[in-house]
Amino acid sequence: MKVFVCIKQVPDTETKIKIRADGNGIDATGIKWVMNPYDEFAVEEAIKMKESGTASAVTAVGLGPKARVSEALRTALAMGADDAIVIDATEDMDSYATAKALAAAIKAEGDGKFILTGKLAIDDNQAAVSQMIAEFLGLPHATVVSKLEYGDNQVTAEREVEGGTREIVQLTLPAVVGANKGLNAPRYASLPGIMKAKKKQIKEIALSALDSNAGELRVKFQDYQLPPEKPPVKVIQGDAAQTAAQLVKLLREEAKVI
Amino acid sequence: MSIVTVFTEFTNGQLKKGALELLTAARSSGNKVQAIALGSGAGRIADQLAQYGVDEAFLGDNAAFDDYNPEIFAAAVAQILEAQKPAIALASSTMLGRDLFPRVAARLKTGVASDCTELTISGDGVQARRPMYAGKCTAAVVFENSPVKMVLMRPNQLPAGTPEGKKNVVVHQVPTPTLDLKTLVKQIVKGASEKLDLTEANVIVAGGRGMRDAASFKLLHDLAEVIGATVGASRAVVDAGWVPHGMQVGQTGKTVAPTLYIACGISGAIQHLAGMSGSKVIVAINKDASAPIFQKATYGLVGDVFEVLPLLTAEFKKLLH
Repeated sequence: MKVFVCIKQVPDTETKIKIRADGNGIDATGIKWVMNPYDEFAVEEAIKMKESGTASAVTAVGLGPKARVSEALRTALAMGADDAIVIDATEDMDSYATAKALAAAIKAEGDGKFILTGKLAIDDNQAAVSQMIAEFLGLPHATVVSKLEYGDNQVTAEREVEGGTREIVQLTLPAVVGANKGLNAPRYASLPGIMKAKKKQIKEIALSALDSNAGELRVKFQDYQLPPEKPPVKVIQGDAAQTAAQLVKLLREEAKVI
Repeated sequence: MSIVTVFTEFTNGQLKKGALELLTAARSSGNKVQAIALGSGAGRIADQLAQYGVDEAFLGDNAAFDDYNPEIFAAAVAQILEAQKPAIALASSTMLGRDLFPRVAARLKTGVASDCTELTISGDGVQARRPMYAGKCTAAVVFENSPVKMVLMRPNQLPAGTPEGKKNVVVHQVPTPTLDLKTLVKQIVKGASEKLDLTEANVIVAGGRGMRDAASFKLLHDLAEVIGATVGASRAVVDAGWVPHGMQVGQTGKTVAPTLYIACGISGAIQHLAGMSGSKVIVAINKDASAPIFQKATYGLVGDVFEVLPLLTAEFKKLLH
């Protein structure tokens, strides 16, 4: 079966975030963009499926400004994906418009059986696109998946929920799965992989080609603000017994949290 | 008057704290308040819903809702929202809420904002803010083309009011959707912990590499036991295999926002700070005074966790028991 893996590009965690002058987004200058860490688990899983013969081919799909997003797709190709699709779109696409466009692009390919995404992207932390793709395609989904077993026309997913409880769900294929940490250990792209990736195809699709309302947003994020400055840490001095007593007193009387 | 519909979670016949917070926000908006509760025992929380100002309750007191099956839950909730046409739908940003609401939003062709930390309802409008870029900034949520504004709130961000004089609540039974299911919940393997999940916990005691080994986590559990906390961990500790991934706080773990976060032997890598900097009061205990965790901490204690933790547990015991 053919596997699609959806990829988002996000600012590297170490990146310092500066707010744009109009307050409605972040200043993109100087940002180092990387593949969303959870998407790495999704890519790795897709490639492992191909290596084990479960998948016939792996297509990476990304959405956003095409020059930038193509870099993340190139990383997926270097890791072992066969080809890629980039949907050229602006920076400010919301979960709804993103999922709708990704679903439409995958549907247009015709023969998708299994779709992998990360469980969430670390930039907006919405955790919505995976479920929304499933809904738009009328497929079952499982998110926060840390183990997958492939059977005949079905897949069994283990998801970690609250308090260390695990849910084991069986999805009839085709299906959408959101990958969590623990699913696998993502590989690094090898040098031959990187060389090969340069020759692999990245197909370009214009957002408007998918559907006339493809870019219609439901949610915008505006009025970005930096968090208020924290007052400096209050360092508690003394020997261990004194500091422990002092801390308990402060938590009780000053912070009033105990 | 508009309608605010709250998807409520409950356990052992009691509404979860996050649900109480949402109901409190909904009732103080002056709108008509509806609640949805699904699962065996939902009927038993009708009184509590009434005390929190719910006018109409949609209860699915039915074992078909006991395990979370996204298809069944999405069908039931979407059907209620489509029929009732609330202006606003709220749920807690828990594992269940975060999985469910986006699927329902896509079905209703409407917008959803998850993981919000601020919420004000006025008329049919919502003002919500949420952290962006791992808490490095926050942004206001603006809904467009959204028949229902769907908001997922992080627990512990809003005040939970007190139960008020009972009023009448109109109860509707939620029928079990008849579906050709493609999702089958095969098995639920209960975790060892009966404690609140990290994402809902009001107090968290977390350990890092400074705890030296897995066995030393007992010191954290001892403290957690006394103050009613949930135990968390840094990525280094999870990667070393000392504790399961479900306990990880940080970028590739859980994002938490308790009232009190006690970081023990955690240096404070940026990936960890990303997951806990929303905590109200942060205590850092670390022997390295230059550890980055101290820059985020409210109270800092430079010392040996092995020496301090037992003393701290004893002090709390004196105070609380």
